[in-house]
Amino acid sequence: MVQQLSSQFLHLTSLLSVETVTPSEGSASGGNWAQAFASQFLGFLPGWIGLVLVMSVVAAVFVAVVPLVPLVLVLMERKVSAWIQDRVGPMRVGPWGLLQTLADGVKLIFKEDLIPPQADKFLFRFAPYLIFTCSFAVFAAIPFSQRILVSDLNIGIFYIISISSVVAIGVIIAGWSSNSKWSLFGAMRSAAQMVSYEIPIGLSILTVIMMAQTMSMEGIVAAQNGAFAEGEPIITLLGVEVKGTILDWMIFRSPFTFLAFFVYFLSSIAEVNRTPFDLPEAESELVAGFHTEYSGMRFAVFFIAEYANVFAVCAIAATLFLGGWQGIIDEDQFVPGLLIIFGKTFLLVFVMMWIRWTLPRLRVDQLMNLCWKYLIPISFFNILGTGIWGLFFREDSALSIGLSFLIISLFVVSILGIVFNSFGKLKPADQTALAGNIGAANLQKLKTTWNERHGQQK
Amino acid sequence: MLAQSTASEERKFLELKPFSDEMVVSMGPQHPSTHGVLRLELRLDGEIVREAIPHIGYLHRCFEKHAENLSYQQIVPFTDRMDYIAAMNQNWGFCLAVEELMSADPKFAGVPERAEYLRVLAGELNRIASHLLAFGTYGMDIGAFTPFLYAFRDREKILFLFEKLCGARLTYNYIRVGGVSRDLPPGFLDDVREFIDYFEPKIDEYNALLTNNKIFLERTIGVAIMDEAMAISYGATGPNLRGAGRKWDLRKDEPYSIYDRFDFDIPVGEEIPGAGAVLGDCWNRYKVRMDEMKESVKIIRQVLDGGLPDGPIVAAMKAIRPPAGEVFSRSEAPRGELGFYIVSDGSVKPVRLKAKSPCFCALSALQELSRGLMIADIIAIIGSIDIVMGEVDR
Repeated sequence: MVQQLSSQFLHLTSLLSVETVTPSEGSASGGNWAQAFASQFLGFLPGWIGLVLVMSVVAAVFVAVVPLVPLVLVLMERKVSAWIQDRVGPMRVGPWGLLQTLADGVKLIFKEDLIPPQADKFLFRFAPYLIFTCSFAVFAAIPFSQRILVSDLNIGIFYIISISSVVAIGVIIAGWSSNSKWSLFGAMRSAAQMVSYEIPIGLSILTVIMMAQTMSMEGIVAAQNGAFAEGEPIITLLGVEVKGTILDWMIFRSPFTFLAFFVYFLSSIAEVNRTPFDLPEAESELVAGFHTEYSGMRFAVFFIAEYANVFAVCAIAATLFLGGWQGIIDEDQFVPGLLIIFGKTFLLVFVMMWIRWTLPRLRVDQLMNLCWKYLIPISFFNILGTGIWGLFFREDSALSIGLSFLIISLFVVSILGIVFNSFGKLKPADQTALAGNIGAANLQKLKTTWNERHGQQK
Repeated sequence: MLAQSTASEERKFLELKPFSDEMVVSMGPQHPSTHGVLRLELRLDGEIVREAIPHIGYLHRCFEKHAENLSYQQIVPFTDRMDYIAAMNQNWGFCLAVEELMSADPKFAGVPERAEYLRVLAGELNRIASHLLAFGTYGMDIGAFTPFLYAFRDREKILFLFEKLCGARLTYNYIRVGGVSRDLPPGFLDDVREFIDYFEPKIDEYNALLTNNKIFLERTIGVAIMDEAMAISYGATGPNLRGAGRKWDLRKDEPYSIYDRFDFDIPVGEEIPGAGAVLGDCWNRYKVRMDEMKESVKIIRQVLDGGLPDGPIVAAMKAIRPPAGEVFSRSEAPRGELGFYIVSDGSVKPVRLKAKSPCFCALSALQELSRGLMIADIIAIIGSIDIVMGEVDR
C-alpha cells in the first residue's frame, strides 16, 4: 500500500515537473500532461472539470512561487545601486538586509487602500490585476530547464509577445482611471513607448525564429544545440568532451542575430520602462507616472509586475539568444538547467541595472527617434541579412559558424579600439564633440529654429 | 477703492479656450524637480509646453522687512537662509555691503588680512559645495541618479570641514561684519588640502560620467538657448551669463576682498560645432559650473600654498554703527551677482535693506526660454539655471 502510494507520488512529481514532450515533438500541446494527470487521479469527475482543477493548482503554485523572483530582484536592485553609488544599501532587516523587501511588502500590505474620489473605481481596481496577470502569464512559456516548463506551446514565443503587450493596456487603464493629469501623461507616454518598441522586439525575435525554424521555445533551445551534436567533439577539455559550444548560441550563429540580440535587449529595456527609457514613470518629470495615485498593495502589485517583467524579458533573451538552459558543455549537464538559465538571466538583469544606474533619461522625441529611425531599420536589415545568410548556409557548418564568429569579433574589436584608444587622448572639447557627434549641420539647424522661434515672439 | 486695488493686483492665470486640445497642469510647489517650492503653471499641448508661468512666493519670509528691525550683526544669520546652499557667500555679500558703508567711518580699520584669507577659503569651498549640488541635482533632473549620490558624497566632506570650522553644516553665520567668527581649528588646512587632493581628479570622473554622456548631451545641447543679449536683458549673472559666452566675473572684473592676488581663469561657455553645443544652451550653463569647481580648487590651493598671515580675525569695533548714507555692493556668489542695497541713518539698524537675487533674475527668463519646448526640457532648464527658492523668495 505504502509502496503503491509512494510510487503514485513519484509519478505525480514526475508529472508535475517533467515536461514529457521532447523537443522533436515541439508542436504537441502542453496540456497533455495535465490531461493525463487529471484522467488518472480525478477520473471520477467529468474530464474538463478535472483538467480545470489541475490547472488551477498549477496556477496557484505558480503565482505563489514566481513573485519570489521580484522579491530577489528588488533586493538585488537596491544592493547593485548601492554598490554603484558607493553606499551599503539596506542593512538593518535581516543579515545583510536580506529581509528588507519582505519588510517593505508587509508595510505595503498594511497601508490604507486609497482610491481617489474622482477615479473610475472599477478600472482603478482592475488595472493592477491585468498587469499582474499578463506579466506572470509570460512565465508559462519560458523553459527553465529540460524539465521545468509549464507549457511548450508550438507558438510559444508568439504567445509571449502577445501576452506581454497586454501590459500596455493595463498601464493605460491605470493612468486614465486615476483621473490625474500626471498619471495620464505617464500612461500616454507608456502606450506610445511600449507599442513602438514592440516592433523592434518582434522583428529581432523573427531573426531567431528564421534561424531556428520554429516558434516553440523548447524548439528554439534545441536549435541552439544542433550544430555539432551529431559529429565529433570539437575539443576535449580536462577529459570532458565539449560538443555543443558557446558558438551554437543564437547570438553567435550569424552576425545578424548578434545585432538582433542587442536590438532586442535595448528594446526590452524600453518595454519594461527602465532608465534610460523610463519616461512613463520619470520621477523628475511626472512624479511617478501612471501609478502616481496608487498606494499600498495595489502599488506593490505594479512593482512586483515590473520586476517580473524585467526578469521575463531577460529570461527570454537568455532563451532565444544565449542557449536557454543549456550549459556550454553539451548534454552532460553538470549544472542543472534551472541554475544555468537563472545565471544567464541574472547576468542580463545585472546589465540592465548597471545601465539604469549609469545613464540619464532620453526625451520622448529622442526615444521615438531611436526606435523608428534606428532600431526598426536595423531590425529589418537583420531580417534581410538572416534570410541571405540562410540562403548560403542551409545547414549550420563549421564554415558558417567560424565566419560569423570572425565577423563578430572584428566588429567588437574595432569598436572597442575606437573607444579606448582615441577617446582619452582627445581634448575635452573634442571629447564632447565625439560623444555628441551631432554635426555642424545640426548646429545650423538648431540656430535657425531658435531664431525662428524668437522671431515669432517679437 | 478697495475693488480697484484688488483688480489691479489680480494675478493672471492661464485660461483655456473651450474645446481646445490643450491642458493646464500645475507643476509644483511640491514636485521632485522644481528645486524647492517653485510652482509652474504649464499650458500643454501634449508634450509641448505652450506657456510656462512661474509662481513664486511660497518661501517668502520677509527678510528685507525683518532686517529693518535687526542690528547689522543680527541680519547675518538671516542671509544664511537666503541661498542656503551657499550660505558662506551670502554672509560674505552682506558683510561686504556693511563694510563698504562703514569705510566712510575713520574709526573702522578694515577687515584684517587673515580674515580675508579665511573668507576666501570658506567662500571657495562653499562654491564647490554649491556647484556640486547643482551638478548632482541636474543629473537627477535629466534622469541619472548616480551623479547625485557622488556629488553628495563629496559635498559631505566639505560640510564636515565647515562643521569643524564653525560648528554648523548648512547655515554657518561664519563671516561677520569686519571679519570672521572664529579662527581655524588645529589641522584644518591639512584637512582642506587632503580634500582638494581627493576632489580634483573627481571632477574629470564626473565629466566622463555625465558631462560627455551621449544621452546627457542629447538632452541639454541646443536646448533653451539664452544668448548673451537675452541674458543681459534679463539681468542673468554668474554661470548663466558666462555660459552665454560673456566673460564677466566680479572676482576678476571688480575684484573685492583679496581676489586680485590669486591666479585663476573665468570659465565661459564654448561653441563645440562637432557636438552642436551653442553658447547659452543648457549644456554650456552646466559646463561652466563644472569648470568653475576646478578654478575654485586652484584658488584654495593658492591660499594653502601661500600660507595664511597671522593676526586678528575680526576688526576691533565697539559697535557696528555705519555712518548715514546708502550703498549698493555686489559680490560673486555661486549663482551669480548677489547685491545688497543698504540705507543707513547712522543707527545700529538699517533703514532699508534690499537684496538683489541672481536666482530671481534667472528664473524670470524661464517663461521665454521654455516656450515651445517639451516637459522634459522644462526640467532641464530649471536645473541648468540652478535656482534656490530661498533666495528667489527671500
